Amino acid sequence: MIGLEHYLTVAAALFVIGIFGIFLNRKNIIIILMSVELMLLAVNINFVAFSSYLGDMVGQVFTLFILTVAAAEAAIGLAILVVFFRNRGAIDVEDVNAMKG
Amino acid sequence: MVIVTLSFYLFAFTAVASAILVVLSRNPVHSVLWLILTFFSAAALFVLLGAEFIAMLMLIVYVGAVAVLFLFVVMMLNVDFAELRGSVSSYLPLGLAIGLILLLELGIVFGNWIFADNAPALRAAITPMPEDIQNTVALGQILYTDYVFMFQTAGLILFVAMIGAIVLTMRHRPNVKRQSIVEQIYRDPKDAYEMKDVKPGQGI
Repeated sequence: MIGLEHYLTVAAALFVIGIFGIFLNRKNIIIILMSVELMLLAVNINFVAFSSYLGDMVGQVFTLFILTVAAAEAAIGLAILVVFFRNRGAIDVEDVNAMKG
Repeated sequence: MVIVTLSFYLFAFTAVASAILVVLSRNPVHSVLWLILTFFSAAALFVLLGAEFIAMLMLIVYVGAVAVLFLFVVMMLNVDFAELRGSVSSYLPLGLAIGLILLLELGIVFGNWIFADNAPALRAAITPMPEDIQNTVALGQILYTDYVFMFQTAGLILFVAMIGAIVLTMRHRPNVKRQSIVEQIYRDPKDAYEMKDVKPGQGI
């Protein structure tokens, strides 16, 4: 039988890879968004693992809501990215402070 | 049991390896494809955990919607990605240091993890036996009763996100000619053309 720690280790590895990706691709905002998705995935794995090993369904319900928020976040983030690209012709994160009003 | 263990290690290894490739890929299209593989492996892990509905939702929402949206944006924007990768090496040591420290901390936390003695007594919705009630049914039974308010809120969040995305990306282009059916219907033949009596050999 696979222990809970195994799943937590996978989730921790994915979370750290997500953070590492944000540092590594400081300029490419698309990869940063993908790294955020990886971190959310890691959190989801944690929730489902605890839910499964404790025998409590609430963890899976919460995963559902995280999934919703992640989808909304990706849609809005990419929409902002498209508008930003239309205005600037580039997606450099370092130019983002030009969005200040 | 051996098959479960083997498939856990297979999918866990695939998930972590493809996540690393998401971050390290030079081409963002490849990154998105590796991200899809990561989501597939995570969905398989969820199946192993007995959360079939979440696993299928993972495939539908993440692979079917989010990853395809990423792919769409990456291919739509004509960005010089080689230029964006210029300063990778300068952030590499910092990123590695923070990643290792965080991994160490998480390892310390998870290595000493135990459930509290009264944790089983505090469960809000006890998972029924899969033989009695399937995972999807059990999830629906609490989602539409105890958590119906949050369910509605989730729908509202998606609605607001949809409106936000449309409002952000819609643009009015003044020089584009569009069909106006009302204008076409109300057009008078007398204004549309006039008859000229052209003499032969003279022109207008």
